[in-house]
Amino acid sequence: MNSVPDIFRILPEVVLTITGVAVMMIDASLPAGVARRSLGWVAAIGTTLALWASLWQLSLPEGTGFYATVETTAFTVFFHVLICGIVLVSLLLSLDTLPERNHHQGEYYALMVFGAVGMCLLTSAVELLLVFVALEISSISTYILAGYRKETGRGPEAALKYFLLGSFATAFLLYGVAMVFGATGTTQIYEIARLAPTAQNHGFVLLALAMMLAGIFFKVSAAPFHVWTPDVYEGAPSPVVALLSTAPKAAAFALLLRVLYEMLPTLRPVWSPLLWVVAVLSMTVGNLAALRQENVKRMLAYSSISHAGYLLAAFAGLGSSGIAAASFYIAAYAAMNVGIFAVVTLVSGYDDKLPLIADFRGLMYRSPLLGSLLIFFLVSLVGIPFTGGFFGKFYSFSAAVGGGAIALAIIGLLNSGLASAYYLRLAFAAAQRPADRSAETPLLTPQVGVAVGAALLLAVAATLVLGIVPGEVLRAAEAGAHTLQAIPEAGAHVITMAPQLKP
Amino acid sequence: MIPISWYLLLSAALFSLGMVGFLVKRNIVTVFMSIELMLNAVNLSFVTFAHQWHMVKGQIFVFFVMVVAAAEAAVGLAIIIAVFRARSTLAVDRIDLMKL
Repeated sequence: MNSVPDIFRILPEVVLTITGVAVMMIDASLPAGVARRSLGWVAAIGTTLALWASLWQLSLPEGTGFYATVETTAFTVFFHVLICGIVLVSLLLSLDTLPERNHHQGEYYALMVFGAVGMCLLTSAVELLLVFVALEISSISTYILAGYRKETGRGPEAALKYFLLGSFATAFLLYGVAMVFGATGTTQIYEIARLAPTAQNHGFVLLALAMMLAGIFFKVSAAPFHVWTPDVYEGAPSPVVALLSTAPKAAAFALLLRVLYEMLPTLRPVWSPLLWVVAVLSMTVGNLAALRQENVKRMLAYSSISHAGYLLAAFAGLGSSGIAAASFYIAAYAAMNVGIFAVVTLVSGYDDKLPLIADFRGLMYRSPLLGSLLIFFLVSLVGIPFTGGFFGKFYSFSAAVGGGAIALAIIGLLNSGLASAYYLRLAFAAAQRPADRSAETPLLTPQVGVAVGAALLLAVAATLVLGIVPGEVLRAAEAGAHTLQAIPEAGAHVITMAPQLKP
Repeated sequence: MIPISWYLLLSAALFSLGMVGFLVKRNIVTVFMSIELMLNAVNLSFVTFAHQWHMVKGQIFVFFVMVVAAAEAAVGLAIIIAVFRARSTLAVDRIDLMKL
């Protein structure tokens, strides 16, 4: 039926898993007291290989593997490359900023890689069982990473809040899966798409949709499921936040696209208004709350909530235009958000010694490089042309207009204007000349190392490429959108292996 | 023969109980137990539907949920211990270094 060996369908995940296990084993075999920094390079190389493996998957014929549980399409490759890229940049960022004396560095790098396994698998899973397992692989790794600074009071608190609310949301998602199974008798996404419209128990399908959406909205931190975001971002180490605020969200948005456009496209009249409301709520709540933050990481947390809102606006777009716009926005958002958290890590330090907006005053004069990078990423977050943020918003709002949601696009534009107030406040603080040079706070990390330099370079390059020559990425996103929409014919890909119980 | 809907109602009731427990209880360990109750309520639904459709798939799902719940419990309890070490309390109200 299809000649591609199943293992090639999950090649990036296999590479990442081997890397993670290798990092863990080497860590365990090293004597105590030996620096573990080199493990970070092992993890970074493994992630790069996984990135190449995903690109190589483009040469495979599209299709499913492992009894129709995973698929490789342009859509999955797009998200794999994105997630591997984010993890790579976060690893490079951690390499230079994690304190040398920390003895748990091996675990840290292994967990980042294992998290990437879960996120990648989540984007290629077409079976809800695998979706659930992948989601948990990614979540459990990130719960631990969020509490990595366990010696402070805030680290464990952040991990606890993330863990409790995350598990709560997962329970909802799972209940939704159970309801889908009850309504259709299957958990394979193509099969559900085929059977759901004619399911006898339509109520179960609706309940399933609501429950699954609640679970996914939590993961992407869309209002009203966003309350965990600022606390977790504040308590988690900044290099981890660079990962947390982008990669799991990208994976969860991929799942959302899959659930809405591939699994239950027939319920569009039901979910479309729901997404409209959530999009408007996320933008408005995120921006209004961000306006009155003094802590930079909390401000960026609320800004990420509002970005989830702009992204959800793309879901108002019809068919592939909406999917492509959403995919593009995720890439643009990831590039600039990882970048700004890299800068924040370097300015505030791993221990968040300088967390406030006031602490950023005069950054331009203390370190012209970091200052200008900060302003560059802020400008991109505002959405000014020649940066990724501009085209992200442009495509998202045009998709919304194309789908007839003109009011949504207008609310989005108004919100972007509102958002520029707090972004520019930070930018002005950085550009301001400090009144008294003796009162200046010294820079915590005076030198930008090789790894961090590479991380910053990658983030800047990605933001610029998405802002100046977005065509290539947009084409990739569109190709992905088409493969997501083309649901294979009934039974063509699905081999039912599940044995029947005796009645 | 007990009708399928009874099992589903029981499952829904257990899920709601877990939800209420999560929102109302003030001890972290009890909150965590409420989440486990919710997961087990879902398991009951899966088994019920597996029976209804005569499909093993639902029961297989339950095993995966159990394994994942065990992994979650391991991580969760470790986090709870870290919190207790840092703060010497397990009251949800007092884990409030960071506020909205």
